[in-house]
Amino acid sequence: MALSLEEVRRIAELARLRLSEEEERTFAGQLSAILDHVRQLEELDVTAVEPMTHALAAGELPALREDAVRASLPPEEATAAAPAREGTAFKVPRIIE
Amino acid sequence: MPISDFQVVIGLEVHAQLLTASKIFCGCSTAFGGAPNAHTCPVCLGLPGALPALNRSVVEMAVRTGLALGCEIRPKSVFARKNYFYPDLPKGYQISQYELPICEGGEVTFTLDGRDHTARLVRIHMEEDAGKNVHDVSADGSSGVDLNRAGVPLVEIVSRPDLRSAEEAVEYLKALRAILMALGVNDGNMQEGSLRCDANVSVMRKGASELGTRCEIKNMNSFRFLKQAIEFEARRQVELIEAGEPVVQETRLFDPDRGETRSMRSKEEAHDYRYFPEPDLPPVIVEAALVERLRAALPELPRAKAERYQRSLGLSAQDAGNLVADAAVSAWFDAALAAYGAGPEAAKKVANWVIGELARLANETGEAPATWKLTPARLAAVLRLIDAGTIGGPGAKQVVEEVFRTGAEPDAVVKAKGLAQVSDEGAIEAAVDKVLAANPGEVEKYRGGRKNLVGFFVGQVMKEMRGKGNPAVVNALLRRKLGD
Repeated sequence: MALSLEEVRRIAELARLRLSEEEERTFAGQLSAILDHVRQLEELDVTAVEPMTHALAAGELPALREDAVRASLPPEEATAAAPAREGTAFKVPRIIE
Repeated sequence: MPISDFQVVIGLEVHAQLLTASKIFCGCSTAFGGAPNAHTCPVCLGLPGALPALNRSVVEMAVRTGLALGCEIRPKSVFARKNYFYPDLPKGYQISQYELPICEGGEVTFTLDGRDHTARLVRIHMEEDAGKNVHDVSADGSSGVDLNRAGVPLVEIVSRPDLRSAEEAVEYLKALRAILMALGVNDGNMQEGSLRCDANVSVMRKGASELGTRCEIKNMNSFRFLKQAIEFEARRQVELIEAGEPVVQETRLFDPDRGETRSMRSKEEAHDYRYFPEPDLPPVIVEAALVERLRAALPELPRAKAERYQRSLGLSAQDAGNLVADAAVSAWFDAALAAYGAGPEAAKKVANWVIGELARLANETGEAPATWKLTPARLAAVLRLIDAGTIGGPGAKQVVEEVFRTGAEPDAVVKAKGLAQVSDEGAIEAAVDKVLAANPGEVEKYRGGRKNLVGFFVGQVMKEMRGKGNPAVVNALLRRKLGD
């Protein structure tokens, strides 16, 4: 199944990617091929199978974390890798709501 | 066609911050405030490779909320990623629940104009809060991002479009807030944003069977703003329909300064959150035994408590409703009543102070009942001073205010401020004689039949005694002297 250029542009927009026209065509082809590959799974009848999102053994109870406060990073360290800072806040372009 | 020919239809989405000590997926503190990013770690900063670990208390609080609201608790629920880009969302997705939320169904019952209403719920799910954007942090107009709130646990409680007026929406939210506070899962603070509400509003012609196109309104952080926003939005939509224009489905922001809603351009592009199951978190398993243990430990809920106050204490529906709106206040009331006495008369007296003077003082200082310096025992002491005739109404008010502010013992305040009421007949008689002698004209009129002048004389005597005369004794002596 071929993905339209329109759909590729929409996906790029949602992912905040700027694609050239050539890239749009390239990715339309590649993405379509991936979808077709995965779509082979549709040949199997799984109507009676519960979707498995995680590998959890039957009857296994996933661990929960007890509600206890642990030390956070020092704010200077937390923001050390940021391209721009204002005090210990991440500095970003003006946000308009 | 006037607006009265239209029916407004409202559904609310309420976000409530859960009162846990640590965040939903990491051990960072949920405390409000602190330096920007002082409560952050690799998990809530969204650093690569960091893995979330679900907080047990979040699950338990969500289940308790669901049980209190009559929801079905799903034995196995699943977290999902809600993908979108926004500066306050470090990972580029919010961990929420989508197809399989922890609670489904349920309802909220509330009272409006003496009638009970019920709004059904769609679902309750768990999710993480986003960070906070701070505008104009520097001279160049940049914004700042503080991720202290990122990862604070929330439950989102979604109602069906069952509400039919702004007033119903407000009472629904009040009832829900009281329940969340009684459960101890939320602090009810709308101003600080720990309880937030979005409203889906549409209008339809009365008698129509199909709902109109809805708009979602955000940013209403008080009951008053919720009411204003819904009323404005309903009018706006009716005017559009009247003018033959379509209502466009969109997200709108309430502007409290202008009292109106406006389109949020930042949300203009169609939502496409591309939800998918969160691969980093296993499903949430809630065992039946846990549900039963939490159900058994539910506290008395506000409506049950209000009914009990009416039935066994004889309080009015309004007084009872006022007291149970805040579980901390009703707990304080219970303690004060226990310290003072029993029965309807005692209950009414205590309730009057709690709803009146104490609510006013607490509103001024913003203190929670548990930290009031006026303890339940001290209010009981004040009431006993009134019963013994030691202080009168105005004196008691001064004592209560002083004790509330300083925590002094009531009898010490009475002594220190000289607030004791004078009941001694000799002293009162002297003041009465003086007032009567100074006002011969009024005395003449009174004796001539203008009996309502008694209020004037009482006022004069009280003034003479600087407010300390025992009103009952003053009245009795006046009437005797005036020849009644």
